[in-house]
Amino acid sequence: MEHVLLRHRDIPNLKKLEVYREHGGYEGLKKALSMTPAEVIEIVKASNLRGRGGAGFGTGVKWSFIPKNAPETYVLINTDESEMGTFKDRELTENNPHQIIEGALIAAYAIGCHKVFNYMRGEFMDAAYAFEEALQECREAGILGDNILGSGFSCEMYTHFGAGAYICGEETALIESLAGNLGQPWSKPPFPAIEGLYKKPTVVNNTETLANVPMILINGPDWYKSMGTPQSPGPKIVCISGHVERPGNYEVHMGVTYRELLEMAGGIRGGKKFKALFPSGGSGPIVVDDALGAPLTYEGLTPFDSVMGSASLVFLDEDTDMVWATLKVIEFFRHESCGKCTPCREGTFWLDRVVQRIYDGRGTEADIRLLQSIAGGMKGKCLCALGEFSISPILSSIVHFLPEYKAKVAAAKGGKVAQPAAAAAVR
Amino acid sequence: MLREKYGKEIDALLARFPEKKSAVLHLMHLAQNEYGHMSDEAIREVAEICEIDPTHVLGLAGFYTLYYEEPVGKYVLEVCNDLACALRGSEEFVEMASRKLDIPVDGTTNDGMFTLKTVMCLGACDRAPMLQCNLKFYENLDEAKFDNMIAMLRMKAEQGDDEPSVVERIFSYMK
Repeated sequence: MEHVLLRHRDIPNLKKLEVYREHGGYEGLKKALSMTPAEVIEIVKASNLRGRGGAGFGTGVKWSFIPKNAPETYVLINTDESEMGTFKDRELTENNPHQIIEGALIAAYAIGCHKVFNYMRGEFMDAAYAFEEALQECREAGILGDNILGSGFSCEMYTHFGAGAYICGEETALIESLAGNLGQPWSKPPFPAIEGLYKKPTVVNNTETLANVPMILINGPDWYKSMGTPQSPGPKIVCISGHVERPGNYEVHMGVTYRELLEMAGGIRGGKKFKALFPSGGSGPIVVDDALGAPLTYEGLTPFDSVMGSASLVFLDEDTDMVWATLKVIEFFRHESCGKCTPCREGTFWLDRVVQRIYDGRGTEADIRLLQSIAGGMKGKCLCALGEFSISPILSSIVHFLPEYKAKVAAAKGGKVAQPAAAAAVR
Repeated sequence: MLREKYGKEIDALLARFPEKKSAVLHLMHLAQNEYGHMSDEAIREVAEICEIDPTHVLGLAGFYTLYYEEPVGKYVLEVCNDLACALRGSEEFVEMASRKLDIPVDGTTNDGMFTLKTVMCLGACDRAPMLQCNLKFYENLDEAKFDNMIAMLRMKAEQGDDEPSVVERIFSYMK
């Protein structure tokens, strides 16, 4: 398959401006600049491109929320990529930076923005040289700065580095961080489209999302919708990791099944059997084999009470201790909770402690119910999605793997609880 | 000291934003690169440049995990130990590294050369076990590669390691 996003795999040196232009680079921007901003938004809307960070919100719709003729607006590229199991934006940044820049410039033109910031996690600094080089090339070629390609439109773009905080991928936290504050989300409203960076209308788009935009402008919405499904059109980069033979990024058309994706990655490592899948890094409920036939779309996992999210597939083999796996994920959320809202700060702390004690062999049956109770107390009460997501690995692992929890608890009592019915009869 | 050494870069950085405060995370990266950790002096200098309260900078140093509040070794080895990496052997890798360096996690070798840490997802799950050392990624590691890497770093340090750091290279783009 020819790649639309990971085009550097087909075209050597695509990160060089010269090569990128030889392959249609910045033609999408030229086309956009020949239209009105409203027309550009209509095309992106018609393509039904949806946010690739995981939320799946319509990109064109998001752009259309920016008030017309606002004197100062911002486009922020979200390259904070910190979800466990996600490594797609880094590959794009390192190898196909111009496609991100072009997409962001089209977004900037559409909303009347003259300054774009690419918010990158600090850990990607080494991967950012390619992006900085690309920006430099653009400045020299008149693609950035004043009067871009003679169109009269002017825009600058800068890289901005975070410093190790998962929460900064949340758009309001990202905005706070860019303003020099703690990366803590705020409760919407105000929505960034009205009051974002420096209280000005702001669009925050995921890196992969923006990389889709140039080709949509060049080839049109119908071409874009010929890939994928009606509700989830287009290509998607799927990050596959865990117990598979060939972990890595795979670009597919949405609608491919999870089983096909597992096969693409060479199946479970060492000929072992599949046990479970984290379909969206740590942020989506765990699914088991009945879900493998589901299509990878924004809606595909709904019947299995889970989500596609950023399509970060972490596969686990039959030997995996699911209490341990859950513990690893809840440790992540406890560590990354920003501490602003009580349900998340306290909830993730206690979930971590209780799973830890079950794992250590110090738990009781009541602890399993306690986990469900803490999670229930957090649900719908957290300030942002991080807190809401943190309960899903716990609840789903209890649903699918309750016997493993019970076995840990039973072992804690010296194995006596292995026959609860018999114990009750004696009493 | 930052001002004297990086005046031009700092001015270019500040010019990017309508508010100086926005430059704070960048400047903290630069300060840490210079001082090794977020020392009082580092915090004071960054606060002065951004015209903000040093307490605010201190708060940021506590919030963002890439900033070190305590002194660390010359090379900070941060092994990703999240679930995706752990499924590919990161926990065993950390144990091995700890044993070889003879320090616990969060410890620093007696010669001040290496600090070992475990961190949350670094976004290289397909190349685990992996670590970042002073913001440079080392991927698809095993014991032999780790030994090699440590030997190389020791050698570099002995020769004075004048290679620009990742932070310095990034700041060279500030024009």
